[in-house]
Amino acid sequence: MALLQISEPGKSTMPHEHRRVIGIDLGTTNSLVASVISGSPAILIQDDKSNLLPSVVYYSKNTVQVGNEARDHQSNDAENTISSVKRLIGKTIDDVNQVNFPLNLSDGDGVINIKTSNGMKNPIEVSAEILKMLRTVAENNLGGELMGAVVTVPAYFDDAQRQATKDACQLAGLNILRLINEPTAAAVAYGLDKKSMGQFVVFDLGGGTFDVSILNLSKGLFEVLATHGDANLGGDDFDQAIVNFLNNKYKLNIKDIEVQSMISILAREIKESLSNKKEVEILKEINGKEIKETFTQQQFKALVNDLIEQTLKATKNALNDAKLSTDQIDGVIMVGGSTRMPCIQEAVGNLFKQDLLNDLNPDEVVALGAAIQANILAGNGQEDILLLDVTPLSLGIETMGSIVERIIPRNTTLPIAMAQEFTTYKDGQTAMIIHVVQGERDLVDDCRSLAKFTLKKIPPMVAGAAKIKVTFQVDTDGLLSVSAEETTTNEKASIEVKPSYGLSEDNIKTMLQSSYDLAEEDKISRALAETKVEANQLIELTQKALDADKDLLSDSELTSIKNDLKDLINVLNSSNNDKIKEATKQLNTKSEPFAAKRMDRSIQKALTGKSINKLEF
Amino acid sequence: MPISMTEKAASRAKNYLESRGKGMGLKLAVKTTGCSGMAYVLEFVDEASPDDQIFESHGIKILVDPKSLIYIDGTELDFVREGLNEGFQFNNPNVKDSCGCGESFTV
Repeated sequence: MALLQISEPGKSTMPHEHRRVIGIDLGTTNSLVASVISGSPAILIQDDKSNLLPSVVYYSKNTVQVGNEARDHQSNDAENTISSVKRLIGKTIDDVNQVNFPLNLSDGDGVINIKTSNGMKNPIEVSAEILKMLRTVAENNLGGELMGAVVTVPAYFDDAQRQATKDACQLAGLNILRLINEPTAAAVAYGLDKKSMGQFVVFDLGGGTFDVSILNLSKGLFEVLATHGDANLGGDDFDQAIVNFLNNKYKLNIKDIEVQSMISILAREIKESLSNKKEVEILKEINGKEIKETFTQQQFKALVNDLIEQTLKATKNALNDAKLSTDQIDGVIMVGGSTRMPCIQEAVGNLFKQDLLNDLNPDEVVALGAAIQANILAGNGQEDILLLDVTPLSLGIETMGSIVERIIPRNTTLPIAMAQEFTTYKDGQTAMIIHVVQGERDLVDDCRSLAKFTLKKIPPMVAGAAKIKVTFQVDTDGLLSVSAEETTTNEKASIEVKPSYGLSEDNIKTMLQSSYDLAEEDKISRALAETKVEANQLIELTQKALDADKDLLSDSELTSIKNDLKDLINVLNSSNNDKIKEATKQLNTKSEPFAAKRMDRSIQKALTGKSINKLEF
Repeated sequence: MPISMTEKAASRAKNYLESRGKGMGLKLAVKTTGCSGMAYVLEFVDEASPDDQIFESHGIKILVDPKSLIYIDGTELDFVREGLNEGFQFNNPNVKDSCGCGESFTV
């Protein structure tokens, strides 16, 4: 007998056509699945009645285990027990610090390979195992097949990581309705859309990622004004601080995978106990050494003070981006299990000088919000919410001189399409390489290369005559597609920025910071590059002119121009902007009369043999 | 015969109405569709229509339109759990036959 849920007025579905949809929080440490049941979002529970599924996958020769069962193998078979796989998804081996993973990692053609007793696995496959488990949990709870899922990702996830997450969903047999940013989902869970307006901060400190977002609400509409964070800061790092402390004090052999695992588990227990106790005593034997320690909250706070400061700094940066001060914030939402730590609550509370919104279970809010969003997208909801996300970093293309031309600025609201016109640099140029880059710096080398493609069959024209329209489009999932079109011939080329798995995502934080720190240097580099482009162009033009019309010049004029030309070529490879500028100016001035003579000659050529009334002006 | 709810169904309905934040009660109805003729409708009600018959059971208002009432007269709404799945179930004395899954029925 099929069981019914209460629908919104007029939204009852036909029999056998239930729009069962779920929201998934695919977390670094734990994952959750939720659904809106009879109008209320609820976490769907597993057979063992728990709501959190540890994001851990264990591979033995013939079986795959997920969740608690898998986690039980962490201490006895660490190499085959994969946890925190979210830190690996969409990355290459060069992006990760292998010391932090008690796993056997290698490069697998751009993807990370993890050696297990069950063969090579990549992070997408591992994530898919977690998603499959969540899907089963959901189907058991909801009594049938699912129509789709909304899955959340950290705001800082780049295109490769978003695409890899989508791939994992597909592999798990889930139909993705939309990827949304975790903080945005949290805001939905808190029902902020029911307020008329306000500005809110979402402070999300999870197991492995930290995101802080500034949201603006008006008339039930969400807009993410700015996001900041650190894709590599989370509860795991707080554990690590304790691990380091114990390791230094007791000289444990951290290189041994089993020992590393045991200390990690102990560290997490200490941290979690300190969330509701003032102090905790431990007595444990690891690697033949007795660990006897009494931890107080103050002691712990001292160990992790740098980490707390990092979160506060990112929060201030986000406020700066949104051009808001702390007293303009109407509420601060605490998300992620790690915000249970009293030292975090205290630090954030002090920064904003207000009570925090923390009455929902911080582990659950993201999944609940995703479920609400899924319900709306499936058309089951009471009302429509429009969610707006932003680009975390600027997107642009490479132009002559390796200068970045920004097309979509950072923190632009999604979805977005923006176009800009470019032209050819050389006479008769028939192809153009479109090099897509991401970042805030001015030179291509300092940004991240996302993709490269070539627009061919540009009709040969003089330099600057071709019109090439480059369009950047970022969809609501944050995925980018770039197209280039020569507008007179409609010749087109395009690319979707997809799995070049493992763009150096690790660097996002550093990139942002360096773009601020090195702004002055960038300005100089850009100016130099621009000067060089101009100089090169002049050199080329002059040489061409000399080849064609050198007979217009007297010997002394010719020598003088040639000398200046040589001077310019000589200084071109120096990094002296002023010298190059000066030499360019010199050659320009010197060749002006020559240019005038050439102009006269070409006019004469055009006029020769034509009667005055046939000329069109 | 009145339309009623079990105590369990009423307490669930009350919770759902409260967390939804609005709604005067539940609407029970049938629509003609499905693999075996008719299907049940279970919805929140924000506004009653003039023709609706209103029943009350354990403090929850149940609204039924006259046309549907013919098919579900005497129905008791229950809330049941099957494994991890839980939801509402129509115990309808008028049903002669239903499709395998029970989502649609004939009278």
